Amino acid sequence: MTGQISLAKQVKKVLVGDHAVAEAVKLARVNVISAYPITPQTLIVERISEMIEKGELKADYIRVESEFAALATVYGAAAGGARAFTATSSHGLFYMYEMLWWAAASRVPLVMAVVTRVLGPPWNIHDEHSDLLAIRDSGWIIGMAQNVQEAFDMTLTAFKISEDEKVLLPVAIGLDGFILSHTAEPLDIPSQEDVDSWLPPRNPRIPYTIEPGGEPITMGNLPKNDAYHALLKKYMDESMENAKKVIAEVYDEYGKLTGRNYGPLTECYRCSDARYIAVSMGAWSGDIMGAIERLRDEGYPVGLLRIRYLRPFPEEDITAWINGAKGVIVFDRDYSAGLGGVLASEISGFIPSNVSFEGVLAGLGGFDVSPDEFRGIIKEFIDKTEREGPIKIRKYWYIPKVEG
Amino acid sequence: MVTMTELHKYGTRKLIMPGTAACPGCPLQVGMRQLAMALDGKFVMVIPAGCSSVIPGMAPYTAYTVPVLHVPFASSPAVASGIVRAVRQRGNEGPVVVWAGDGATADIGFATLSGAAYRNEDILYIMADNEAYMNTGIQASGTTPWMAWTTTSPRGKAEDKKDVALIMLMHKVPYVATASIAYPMDFIDKVRRAMQVKGFRFIHLHAPCPPGWKMDDAYTIRATRLAVETGAWILWEYNQGKLTISPPSIPFKDRARRKPLEEYLKIQGRFANLKPEDIKLMEEKIDRQWDLILKLAEIYK
Amino acid sequence: MSVAEKLRGLLLSTPAAGAGGRTGTWRVYRPVVNYSKCTKCGLCWLYCPENVIDWLEDKNVRINYDYCKGCGICADVCPVKAIDMVKEGVV
Repeated sequence: MTGQISLAKQVKKVLVGDHAVAEAVKLARVNVISAYPITPQTLIVERISEMIEKGELKADYIRVESEFAALATVYGAAAGGARAFTATSSHGLFYMYEMLWWAAASRVPLVMAVVTRVLGPPWNIHDEHSDLLAIRDSGWIIGMAQNVQEAFDMTLTAFKISEDEKVLLPVAIGLDGFILSHTAEPLDIPSQEDVDSWLPPRNPRIPYTIEPGGEPITMGNLPKNDAYHALLKKYMDESMENAKKVIAEVYDEYGKLTGRNYGPLTECYRCSDARYIAVSMGAWSGDIMGAIERLRDEGYPVGLLRIRYLRPFPEEDITAWINGAKGVIVFDRDYSAGLGGVLASEISGFIPSNVSFEGVLAGLGGFDVSPDEFRGIIKEFIDKTEREGPIKIRKYWYIPKVEG
Repeated sequence: MVTMTELHKYGTRKLIMPGTAACPGCPLQVGMRQLAMALDGKFVMVIPAGCSSVIPGMAPYTAYTVPVLHVPFASSPAVASGIVRAVRQRGNEGPVVVWAGDGATADIGFATLSGAAYRNEDILYIMADNEAYMNTGIQASGTTPWMAWTTTSPRGKAEDKKDVALIMLMHKVPYVATASIAYPMDFIDKVRRAMQVKGFRFIHLHAPCPPGWKMDDAYTIRATRLAVETGAWILWEYNQGKLTISPPSIPFKDRARRKPLEEYLKIQGRFANLKPEDIKLMEEKIDRQWDLILKLAEIYK
Repeated sequence: MSVAEKLRGLLLSTPAAGAGGRTGTWRVYRPVVNYSKCTKCGLCWLYCPENVIDWLEDKNVRINYDYCKGCGICADVCPVKAIDMVKEGVV
């Protein structure tokens, strides 16, 4: 924990989401960056490359031949004691899938931006959350931003969270493809000096470093007893639990530094007097808030629970907020084949049988959902519940009419 | 030039601890000991999936006495690239070595190998070639020779051996060499000369495997030596613009001075079903390879 | 214990002899050095895959039978055939 933190002098800029992420990487004084271009992440790597060329950021930028190599390279850099960063989307993320698990279980700190994008076929560069959610079992801490300011803030705090000695797990920060990555929004950016006072350089000794002349340790050879592996998973779980507290501590400090105070794992919009709760993640949460405003005007007691971090799973937040609710409606911009929405399936286990529940699948393939459409879906759910009592709709497919 | 007198200083030093899980007669062990002596035991290793993942034994212990990062099969050149950048930033100029098998290098890790070579990463890459995927039980790899038996080429491999060293040469890296565990002085000298060079350095180390080649585990060194003496394995070295045939191979430029190929083949059960016409074809392939290397030596004078 | 400390011995290993077990028990044949023939050239030490041969200061060799797997390479490379591979169990 750093010493006395005072409010930073911040500069207002207008940046697209990808450039805001690059700005955070610069301020975090990352040592090694490696990434492979893929739409809509490309602006991140281009901006970082430019910053290094101009001398704004002193780092090694390793131009690799694939995303698999990108993650392998930053993983090597982290194992070698450096602060490292990569970024990718959809197909690129899946190309590094093997390394994702290896990196997490190696317990080295790492940060990755995932600019969410649909998976093909057919080819599609628009937004969906399926790619980010597909790594939820891997051991990575997973956060998702709602707007460009938050994308910047989450990227910057990710380094502090990941490197915390009680955590030592890699962090993935999601931002919606094109909707945030390529959309310019205003944001406040602290100065390098202020970030330096809050985020010290990476301590290579934690948890270990592989370096010539260094400690003669081996990472990863077979265990004598398979139970070692089980123990390591249990320790990973403990670190995930620790992460809940660490994320809260980091955002508390960050709030003092920037004046921006986030609910660490989740945020509730008009939940405290809500009888119905909508749940979502990412940029479209803003549109859902618009819908909530309109519904409130119409007298509907509804609020939005926005998930900021899906891993560690914010179990306590969710049970607390839905306690006493009459109905919960979850919006998934993703689809787990054969099951339904991922968020819906993760939350449904916490919904008592006498509480109404609906899992909405919308925005798949990247089609836009307007606040008015959200309003319609939520209204229908609430009206139906009020009429018939608790309903359980695991999969509500919302797809607009397609011209013939 | 290293001598036995100089190596005597390692006489009781266990750069690799005894009591490993390696098969009796394992060539990788022989080779790694030579590598460790060449580098005076001061280096790190990045080891992708393969025999050397298992040989060092089980946690909480390992036979390797240097820092080691075990990594996924295809990733070692990329991981090493990251490590070397990280440690160089801290002013640490020590050797970062990839110790990889033929499977990890020529096949599944080919893309990451090419990427690291093309970026001229400051790493020393040793491909310890036992000519098949041995750790998974002797399946054919890109470097399995023509007509060799493996479990996935039971009638003899139809394809030729992938020439990874020449592929590395074409990546325009500053140092490429072939080596053999039966010629330790040559290998150690090559490692030391490679360490004088900055950038991507590649050594293709011949490492005959008794169970994989179906031969007596006492014959590891004998077979490796016969490979050179029959001309089947050519020792050469490319160092910053100059390509030379290494001293142990020089006599075998001359066909007449090579031992009969049969001597190398009959010691190995994996070539048991070769017919005379196959052996003749093999000799022709060896001639062509010599021709190619000699012509390259002329070009890179 | 800190998170980093908990990883030691599970995810992280340290060097030790016998990490693969007491491999001397694998042996069927054991190498026996005939010291009257031995020229102290050190080749057996050089080629031993298991690093169980010590090439001592006075250039004599000594085999560690706790870990020797009896592969026979030392006997095969010895230029004066000073090492015999003797079946285990023979006195």
